[in-house]
Amino acid sequence: MKKMLTMAAAVTLLAGMPLAGQATPEQDLKAFRDFYMKRFPGVPLNEFGNGVYAIDADARSSWEAIEEFPPYDDELEKGKKLFNTPFANGKTYASCFRNGGIGIRQNYPYFDAKSGEVKTLEQEINECRVKNGEKPLPGKKGDIAAISGYMASTSNGKALNIKIPNDPRALAWYEKGKAQFYMKRGQLNMSCANCHKDNAGNRVRSEVLSPALGHPTHFPVHRLSWGNLGTLQRRYGGCNEQVRAKAFADQGPEYRALEYFHTYMSNGINVNAPSTRK
Amino acid sequence: MKRRVFLKGTLASSAVAVAVGAGLLNPRQVLAAWPKSAFEAKSMQEALNGAFGSELTEPTDAIQIKAPDIAENGAVVPVTVSTNLTNLESISILADGNPTPLAANFMLAANTAGSVSTRIKMGKTSNVVAVVKSGGKLYSARKEVKVTIGGCGG
Amino acid sequence: MANSIKIKTSVNGDVCNVKTLIKHVMETGQRKDAKTGKVIPAKFIQELVCTHNGKAVLNANWGTAVSANPYLSFEFRGAKAGDKLMLSWTDNTGESDSAEHTV
Repeated sequence: MKKMLTMAAAVTLLAGMPLAGQATPEQDLKAFRDFYMKRFPGVPLNEFGNGVYAIDADARSSWEAIEEFPPYDDELEKGKKLFNTPFANGKTYASCFRNGGIGIRQNYPYFDAKSGEVKTLEQEINECRVKNGEKPLPGKKGDIAAISGYMASTSNGKALNIKIPNDPRALAWYEKGKAQFYMKRGQLNMSCANCHKDNAGNRVRSEVLSPALGHPTHFPVHRLSWGNLGTLQRRYGGCNEQVRAKAFADQGPEYRALEYFHTYMSNGINVNAPSTRK
Repeated sequence: MKRRVFLKGTLASSAVAVAVGAGLLNPRQVLAAWPKSAFEAKSMQEALNGAFGSELTEPTDAIQIKAPDIAENGAVVPVTVSTNLTNLESISILADGNPTPLAANFMLAANTAGSVSTRIKMGKTSNVVAVVKSGGKLYSARKEVKVTIGGCGG
Repeated sequence: MANSIKIKTSVNGDVCNVKTLIKHVMETGQRKDAKTGKVIPAKFIQELVCTHNGKAVLNANWGTAVSANPYLSFEFRGAKAGDKLMLSWTDNTGESDSAEHTV
């Protein structure tokens, strides 16, 4: 009993008082958001949900022309159908999620106190399948992106609202994700932040680099270069390979932590998924 | 003999035009009219000659092309061609840097507006050229679109 | 397989705006299969016909440079809610599809 109390006290202490010099998630979020608001004056917070199109008028008009009849329409319909199709045992995806899985995307990823893990939406879609006697879907694209895309679409207009609970394990996930974001990787020795924070709005060859603020609102996205929908972690893998680093495992701890940090940083911006990107 | 062939040709093409105008043709029949020589032409001149029997077009401000300065992706370049010319017969879209420049030819009925939007492939940086046939004359406009091979975009 | 064609319309006054998206590979015949190195044969829509209450409003001839899953938008006058639109396409291999849409 005494030991348990000490542990509880230590946990509270750790959670309540971050190490000296270390910013709290709240402080990080404010600084992160302020950075972009200052870098792109006049762009309202919610516009960052449109990625590079918030800051590049030429690309935006071409994007808007494509969104007139979006190329992901078919996959979105398929996702809705799959979502509502019962498993062999008669249950559906709705049985695994709060509110039947409708309008919940803005809370993903979240810290699950029971398992001590950060859970992404795609991860829980597959956990739901396994729980109901089905095989997990292959990650990143295809049916999983279609289902996730449909679920995300039911949250459109709802602001991202990721919580970092006062739990040292949750903070550890957050810190791990933050470290991923700022860690230089690959032969080009570049971090996520080098392109999408330090150089957001600058060009790499002909391409305008998108701000990291707001990225997670519109995933899964249909990238014209993919020709289909893909998850945020598929994009992480692609980004890492572009700086000539090996991509981490899909839904592994590295990318889940990164998604946790990255989405938390975009809190307050409305979900607007799926969307089309170049 | 030559004259007879000529007459036959004229009759045949006008019959197609009348039937299409009246909405009597199904696509299977119209397919026969697909101008192979125009679409397979490797140069702008050949393509225009194949499509219209002439390569001479008059540049005009009465045609507007909406296309990006820099293509997001060369495989999907949104293009809108609008015109305030009247007596419209057709709007054609070409990309002068493509292996076969002619992309699309739209034939408009009298009650159809002078504006079409579509998405085209562009192999490299070049001009999107719009050719409008109006009152039997050919008019054109162009806009450069830069195409690069890239990977970013979140 | 009439599900290759999607049509959306909106009427403003008597002007009908038509937007369509067609599921089609639009293969140019110039690409090589990355694995086999063989040229992928051309397969692309050559002819598209759109009629309004049985009367042609737009016919299109297309080449290989129209993007995969082609998109087309245009407007015509003289439409009202309830009117019938027919859209059909035929590709170079002879495959075709058509769809009917009520404005």
